[in-house]
Amino acid sequence: MAGVQTVVRVGIADMNIAKSPHTIRTSGLGSCVGVVLYDSSKKIAGMVHVMLPDSELGKSTKLNVAKFADTGIHAMLELLKSEGVRPFSIKAKIAGGAQMFQFGSNDTIRIGPRNVEAVKKELKRYSIPIVAEDTGGSSGRTIEFDPATSILFVRTVNAGTQEI
Amino acid sequence: MNSKNDITEMHLDVLKEIGNIGAAHAATSLSQLLGQKIDMRVPNVELVTFDEMFDLAGGTEKVVAGIFLRIEGDLTGTMFFVLTIKSATQFIRKLTGDATFTFTDVDDLGMGASALQELGNILSGSYLSALSDFTSLNIYPTVPSLSIDMVGAIVSFGLIEVSQYSDEVIVIETEILQEGEQGVSSLAGHFFLLPDPPSYRTIFSSLGVL
Repeated sequence: MAGVQTVVRVGIADMNIAKSPHTIRTSGLGSCVGVVLYDSSKKIAGMVHVMLPDSELGKSTKLNVAKFADTGIHAMLELLKSEGVRPFSIKAKIAGGAQMFQFGSNDTIRIGPRNVEAVKKELKRYSIPIVAEDTGGSSGRTIEFDPATSILFVRTVNAGTQEI
Repeated sequence: MNSKNDITEMHLDVLKEIGNIGAAHAATSLSQLLGQKIDMRVPNVELVTFDEMFDLAGGTEKVVAGIFLRIEGDLTGTMFFVLTIKSATQFIRKLTGDATFTFTDVDDLGMGASALQELGNILSGSYLSALSDFTSLNIYPTVPSLSIDMVGAIVSFGLIEVSQYSDEVIVIETEILQEGEQGVSSLAGHFFLLPDPPSYRTIFSSLGVL
């Protein structure tokens, strides 16, 4: 199947990796954050669809690591390392973390901004630079990353598709 | 009672009955509000993954009108209505008397937003009062909030509470059908009730099926 380009799909609270010429995509990000960790020279990228800021919030005995910013980013770094990527060559692009609904008082309402803060904190911990971001606001986003060019395509309902 | 193994077919049947009673009341209220026949299908109660939940609502990237509210009181949970843009437009036109309303500028829906919120108030109020009578539990809805966006972006927000407990959710889903001009029913949208996992026990014990 050489040369056939496919789109690797990432569900909610899920993660995966893609190598050029394939692309990687997750759709319908609201308060969730799509974290792309990539190596532009090796043309490989991992994507995590983070739903919650911290695995401390998990009240289940079975932990889905991709669901949380801390465990998801850690697991993706391990996965990339196992693919031969050197940690210092990893860069990040992130998108999502919108506040979809505008009322209320509890912590859930601010889950989008909290997810963004948590993702940035984790990336800082591993000294991974954020090359581009499209976060916050009140619109849902569908994102697709092309490891060949390191371009992240961000599509919203109102503003169409943008490249970051 | 947070894991899959604790939930039996009988529990799902009880939830289905709750959904049935709530939906019948909500359909009556909505029909009266709109002056048009609205039907609710017998609800579907399932334990689904989050991605399956998006498929139920039309697929992650489908653009819909979402009305979201929280349930508070003796039991807590999330409720939302996901309406197709076409049906939401028709409902708004009926409720406001503005036959030219469209969703072209989603940042400024004006009266359209108020109309949909009112629809959310009436639907949730009638649904939850039926549920409250049936279970003898104190249940009340918060003020509804509105978003016109992709299914994934809207519905995932309603999964935040559940996601702290599980990667699956018990969803009580009802299809909303509107009768068209030739008496042909078409799908107007969906109505979802997602009890927070700690409330499963409350519901079942109130009905004596724990």
